[in-house]
Amino acid sequence: MSEQSKEVAKSNHLPEAEHVYDGGLSVVHQDAVKDPGIEPHRVRMTDKSKKHEKAAARQVVWLFTLSMLGSAFALYAYFAFPLSADLITVRNNTLFLGTGITLGLLGIGIGAVHWAKTLMPDNEVSEDRHPIRSSEEKRAAAIEIINLANQESGFSRRKLIRRTLYGALALFPLPGIIIFADLGPNPGDKLRHTAWKPGTRLTQDPFGTPIKASELTEGSVFHVIPEGLNPEQEDYLEQKSKAAVLLVRVDPQILKEAPEKKDWSYQGIVAYSKICTHVGCPVALYEQVTHHLLCPCHQSTFDLVDGCKVIFGPASRPLPQLPIYVDEEGYLRAQSDFLEPVGPSFWDRSVKA
Amino acid sequence: MSNTATAKKKNGFLAGTANYVDERVGVAGILKEFGRKIFPDHWSFMLGEVALYSFLVLLLSGTFLTFFFQPSMTDVIYNGVYAPLKGAHMSIAYASSLDISFEVRGGLLMRQVHHWSALLFVAAAGLHMLRVFFTGAFRKPRELNWVVGFVLFVLGMAAGFTGYSLPDDLLSGNGLRIIDGMIKGVPFIGTWISSLLFGGEFPGHSIVGRLYSLHIMLVPALILVFLAIHLVMLVLHKHTHYSAAGRKDSNIVGYPLMPVYVAKAGGFFFIVFGVIMLIASFFTINPIWNYGGYDPSPVSAGTQPDWYIGWLDGALRLAPTHIEFMLGDNTVSMNILLPLIISLVFLALVAAYPFFENWVTGDKREHHVLDRPRNAPVRTAIGAAGVTFYAVLWAGASTDLIATNFKMSLNQVLVTMQISLIVLPIVAFVVTKRICLALQRKDQEIALHGRESGRIVRLPHGEYIEVHEVANEYDLFKLVDYKDYQPTLARPNAQGKITIGARMRAAASRFYFKDSVSPTTQTAIEANAHHTHEIEEQVQKAIENQK
Repeated sequence: MSEQSKEVAKSNHLPEAEHVYDGGLSVVHQDAVKDPGIEPHRVRMTDKSKKHEKAAARQVVWLFTLSMLGSAFALYAYFAFPLSADLITVRNNTLFLGTGITLGLLGIGIGAVHWAKTLMPDNEVSEDRHPIRSSEEKRAAAIEIINLANQESGFSRRKLIRRTLYGALALFPLPGIIIFADLGPNPGDKLRHTAWKPGTRLTQDPFGTPIKASELTEGSVFHVIPEGLNPEQEDYLEQKSKAAVLLVRVDPQILKEAPEKKDWSYQGIVAYSKICTHVGCPVALYEQVTHHLLCPCHQSTFDLVDGCKVIFGPASRPLPQLPIYVDEEGYLRAQSDFLEPVGPSFWDRSVKA
Repeated sequence: MSNTATAKKKNGFLAGTANYVDERVGVAGILKEFGRKIFPDHWSFMLGEVALYSFLVLLLSGTFLTFFFQPSMTDVIYNGVYAPLKGAHMSIAYASSLDISFEVRGGLLMRQVHHWSALLFVAAAGLHMLRVFFTGAFRKPRELNWVVGFVLFVLGMAAGFTGYSLPDDLLSGNGLRIIDGMIKGVPFIGTWISSLLFGGEFPGHSIVGRLYSLHIMLVPALILVFLAIHLVMLVLHKHTHYSAAGRKDSNIVGYPLMPVYVAKAGGFFFIVFGVIMLIASFFTINPIWNYGGYDPSPVSAGTQPDWYIGWLDGALRLAPTHIEFMLGDNTVSMNILLPLIISLVFLALVAAYPFFENWVTGDKREHHVLDRPRNAPVRTAIGAAGVTFYAVLWAGASTDLIATNFKMSLNQVLVTMQISLIVLPIVAFVVTKRICLALQRKDQEIALHGRESGRIVRLPHGEYIEVHEVANEYDLFKLVDYKDYQPTLARPNAQGKITIGARMRAAASRFYFKDSVSPTTQTAIEANAHHTHEIEEQVQKAIENQK
């Protein structure tokens, strides 16, 4: 294309001038292909043949009739397929009631569209658009109204009134925000403590049976909650959300333990928090061969024999370990609570309270 | 007025009613104004309609559910008809969800209608957004309506998530647990916000009731308000139409509202409702009874969020290992913040795109004729890159399922996704832009030389040619009717300085338009028509000679 034929729209005018007041980088071609106008109407079968028109009308009537039958069937199905303790009745009720309603709806829908497409005129009509921008007179009139309002109220003139109004408007929502402060208590140090106390017995989730060290064979996994935690208590789920533990026995030879955590395990039995350090899902999958713990939510993977370090996935911190010991009867007990907060990271988790 | 009123009165009940209403609300004037308003017809314009109608279905089915659902987290022992859970501890919310499913006729049907239409609502809204994006319907004067639509899409996700959490089953509880973990990761205020939201420690006894208020009141009210704004603006702007003969920025071509559009759009509501009902009658969604009530300890593997939350979950999964760090004594959970920031930036870019493109083109005209995506190659390519980015995040939410179903290593799948998240959008951009340019050249070729007809003719001197069929004027117009933009230079301003803004704008316009294909001109077509005509004559002559 030649440089001459390129002109910025500003200096040119398309026929529809009111729509072209600034074309920016747009180029307006003087020899653009001419618009031949709306394509002539294509005659439908129903336009030219009485037979087809009648057939279409009949089809619409049938569709609306089908809708009536469908709705009537839905009413019938509601009573004919009652629910009982037998779960197959739930399926039948859903299926037949739903099918009836479906026919009732689709009959109307398809009928109406078919009616519009075959029997109503399908000549395309053109209508003018008008620029969204108000006319100059209207804009002037609007400005005049604003000026008048300003004059009458003295909004610009009375500075002190205006500024105190701004101040009042800025402050008045604050009480509306602060009253939401009682939605929840100060988190305090609740995130740092769990239901584990020195000497708490490890019990099986969910029935609370105490666990003897001898019950754990190598490779077996127990889902553990602290003794005394029961569903009747008010804060059962909150406590369980923090205290859930995974108990695993591995070959003591392969266990890599930090010197200060040497006595946290018992003959290869280790207890780790089950709450993922990423966003708190239960790390419920244990891979016996590799000794990996996997979180099913976001696939963070922890190496059980190496202090539950993160070896894959979005988590960053190892799962906290629960120090355990065995009492004289052979039951597993916690030496203490976890020594760090369990679960997802939070801003001040490492700040000593 | 009174003349017509008395005249109408004699015409029976309908006319009487019309007269009654008109004398009180002036309905005749409204009908005169809007009754024959023109609406253009195209299948892609139905996507927004699907979203609107699914929302209506959501309101209807949701209202039914509120009559039976009890948003309480008080512990009960289940004693309903579902035998496997008899005697189990659960919240009243979960128990009442089970009762709706098993003990209310049509209850399960309505639950499934509600869930399916929620999935459809967000899907249709998303596709509608893509249609608006790829056809440039967001250009002036519709930028603000794009933002309103964007808000509606986000509200749709919010409505979906708050609803998903209500039954208090194992899956929804785990979803909340993830939200809790993410909130706690926010620096400084995280634990406070979590405590406020849950009314203390997770899960507490408040969250279901609170989400219920949001889900059945605040969020739908906001959606209704924004829908109203969206539709008022639609009427104000009048609908866009696709480029074709007779369609200009200064007119609107289509069918009148009454009767054709009322019948089509009204009928379409029943079709959408009917299809949702059909799916809900035959296909189970969210079988909460399989999962059991929420318990923080168990979790089932291979669980997925509803599809529209997938991309956020994927963002969480794709975060690299060990990017949490300490800032003094404080923990900065980058593994949570990074996905959050990336998702928010992505959303912000989507919302801001119309304003960016407007800045680049500097085009202050009103646009009512839609672009074919190929005619805006860089915009289309940016859209494709965005879709790809979203899609990788979305697939990222299924890394475990991909790995187990295709017997691949989970680790490799995840690493591939991480790389794909950065590489694939770039690939998508380049490939899409090339395809658009190629399609534009193909259009040019057809405009100039016509369509290859497959008719091979041998000329007297032995040359074989393929006869090209010239496009008719209506088809031709579709190929050449688009706006042509050329890159700009960084020009000095009134003070004679070339500002950084001007330089950036020049660079952006080069990026957008440097290899754009200009529409074929009348002159070019005529010049070629002459040439085509010559060939045609030769062919005719050859045929006559043969005879």
